[in-house]
Amino acid sequence: MALSAREIEKMILEILPGATVEVQDMRGDGSQFAAHVISEEFVGKNRVQQHQMVYKALEGKIGGELHALSLQTSAPK
Amino acid sequence: MTNPVFDRIKNDVNAHDIVLYMKGDRMFPQCGFSATVVEILNYFNVDYQTHNVLQDESLRNGIKEYSDWPTIPQLYVKGEFLGGCDIVREMAANGELVAHFESVGIEPKN
Repeated sequence: MALSAREIEKMILEILPGATVEVQDMRGDGSQFAAHVISEEFVGKNRVQQHQMVYKALEGKIGGELHALSLQTSAPK
Repeated sequence: MTNPVFDRIKNDVNAHDIVLYMKGDRMFPQCGFSATVVEILNYFNVDYQTHNVLQDESLRNGIKEYSDWPTIPQLYVKGEFLGGCDIVREMAANGELVAHFESVGIEPKN
């Protein structure tokens, strides 16, 4: 079962409450997503650590049901 | 627990300034994300070594554990994990990648 953009958003928000999360289904068929996540939790963390936090939220789905997720993360300005 | 693959990875990323773990090789990348990183490295004209994870299942799994990163490609610079395709692309676009290369003594030839 392919994930929906909405489900991905929910999973990220569970780990990063209060984050601004935008997930787009790039082809409309659940094969390729792009996510933009802005979270207070990212303050003081480098990009690798920020992405790792999002990957943790999607535990085990990456590379499986979720082949292609393009990620952009940042701390609030 | 020691993982023999970890020793191999550690040796490789410390023996070469820039190491890319990817699907396919630089002439024939077998995934769009790997191809993007190859293009970026070629654009800056830096020397790099590649490892094709599709030819080695233990490496494919090992590198993900080693870096705690679930996807391929993975770029290492001077032994340090720099990121996957999204991060490398973002850093290339905003000038951070060149600055990082220079800060560790790698001169991009372009």
